[in-house]
Amino acid sequence: MTITEKIIARASSRSRVVPGDVLFVNVDKVMMHDVSGPGVIKVFEEWAKKGVEFKKIWNPDKVWVTEDHFVPASDKVSANNIMKLSNWTKKYGIKRHYKYGLGQYGICHTLSHEDAIVLPGEVYLGGDSHTNTTGALGALAIGLGHTDIAYALMNGQIWLKVPETLLFKLEGEKPEHLMAKDIILTIIGEIGTDGANYKTMQFAGETIKHLTMDERLTLTNMTTEAGAKNGIIEPDEVTESYLQERTDAAYSPIKADADANYSTQITYEIDRLEPTVAKPYSPGNISIVRELQSTEVDKAYIGSCTGAKLDDLRAAAKIMKGKKVKVRTEVLPAAQSIFMKAMKEGLIDIFLESGAVVGPPTCGACCGAHMGVLAKNEVCVSTTNRNFPGRMGDVESQTYLASPLVVAASAVTGKIIDPRDI
Amino acid sequence: MATIKGVVHKYDKDNIDTDVILPGPYLKVHDHAELAKHAMEGIDPNFANKISQGDFLLTGANFGCGSSREHAPIALSSAGIRAVLAPSFARIFYRNAVDGGYLLPIEIDRATVSELSDGQMLALDIEENIITNIQTGKSYSMKPFPTLIKKIIECGGILHYKP
Repeated sequence: MTITEKIIARASSRSRVVPGDVLFVNVDKVMMHDVSGPGVIKVFEEWAKKGVEFKKIWNPDKVWVTEDHFVPASDKVSANNIMKLSNWTKKYGIKRHYKYGLGQYGICHTLSHEDAIVLPGEVYLGGDSHTNTTGALGALAIGLGHTDIAYALMNGQIWLKVPETLLFKLEGEKPEHLMAKDIILTIIGEIGTDGANYKTMQFAGETIKHLTMDERLTLTNMTTEAGAKNGIIEPDEVTESYLQERTDAAYSPIKADADANYSTQITYEIDRLEPTVAKPYSPGNISIVRELQSTEVDKAYIGSCTGAKLDDLRAAAKIMKGKKVKVRTEVLPAAQSIFMKAMKEGLIDIFLESGAVVGPPTCGACCGAHMGVLAKNEVCVSTTNRNFPGRMGDVESQTYLASPLVVAASAVTGKIIDPRDI
Repeated sequence: MATIKGVVHKYDKDNIDTDVILPGPYLKVHDHAELAKHAMEGIDPNFANKISQGDFLLTGANFGCGSSREHAPIALSSAGIRAVLAPSFARIFYRNAVDGGYLLPIEIDRATVSELSDGQMLALDIEENIITNIQTGKSYSMKPFPTLIKKIIECGGILHYKP
């Protein structure tokens, strides 16, 4: 069995599962945020009208909540949502509720690894599509809607169809100008935005062994953009030392059997890849940066669960050090702790001295919610994960998805450019 | 509910994503009637006004890709859409549609999408898995629902389903 199959087998107390099996699994962790949380509460209200009263969470210690999408509260509606969510978590005994302006907080998919909330081998459900991110720790991390999260909160279980696994073997040494973002954009460009629909995307190979956890998380994060049910990487020494710095909690990692069956195996020679962007209006609409005809931008955005982890900020700062930005540039670290680490390393000084604005952790403009949304015809180069029409603002704005290196290089030149060419 | 009838609204485009079905700024809205007003706003700002209760949506492949927002099927269903017919669906949208009991995600051949036209009246027989075009009398097949999905649909969503 693959790692995904073995986690599902363990969570459903079976000795063996095969792709296509439909079964119920026990859940280890459940997450919801200030958008999915009120959505889940609304589901409970609708269920109450149908005569099913929600009395208690199956295990409040396994549930955690963060405020990330509309924070700091963008208007009365989002402020009320956050208030409603706070009252609800208090009422139902959820202790782990991250609040902005009250110590550590940040984007859900960042906290899940940064605070080691989710551990290898666990079944983790999140009320957000990029829950896939956390699979980089070797967990089965799956994004679901409000009804399914409500069901899991009530029962501690959820139904799953065992997915087949696509194995991406990444070989060779990653050149300095290349980041995990270039790799995952290349893959999505090749397999398409539904290339992994209902399937697992697993990453392995020599390149992975030497990839930092932050970079691994970029790969699994954007498996969502290929339609994947989950992205996953087997836990190894990198995983262990990452978790050792963050938690004392015990966990029992799972690895694949030697004779595991992968429906497809694709090998990428990483040293041959080039810095890559996804052009409007699809993460699958890729181009090598050097093949783009001088594309001028109005704005550079360094933020989100995909592109504002500590390694992302380090990469951007490496380029921006001592230079001035030529276009509006926004940097939003993905969590309070990452903001503080970046500050101690001097990265925040570099951003501010370059002329960029540094903002609080929030999903903000990544999902077109607030704090820097795009105008009609405005062109943005962004470390985020989606560029659908209207994703970051006006339906006629344009977003190019790129690595932090490319976004930083574009910020200081005003056009989308390969970091080797500045 | 073996056979349901409705008028089809055709948006023949692949990869219609959740940012198009229900744009990000409305994620903070949880009132179903309010969400209905903004359904498909990213592709047709007049969508909600065109729909009558029980109508069908006909689209290209990978419908509902993108985010996990349940707002997407809620907005469509509250606007009146009873079923979406497409060659394929993104997984979370499909799950939300079924588990929330909002609408039927019906998988059909690409060729069937091409043959059906905007405004036609269709009859969907989800027992026999047949789609009939009332105007032309022509029939098309649809992919049967997997057993579990069918049971959840019959229960009106995951809430009343017992494993």
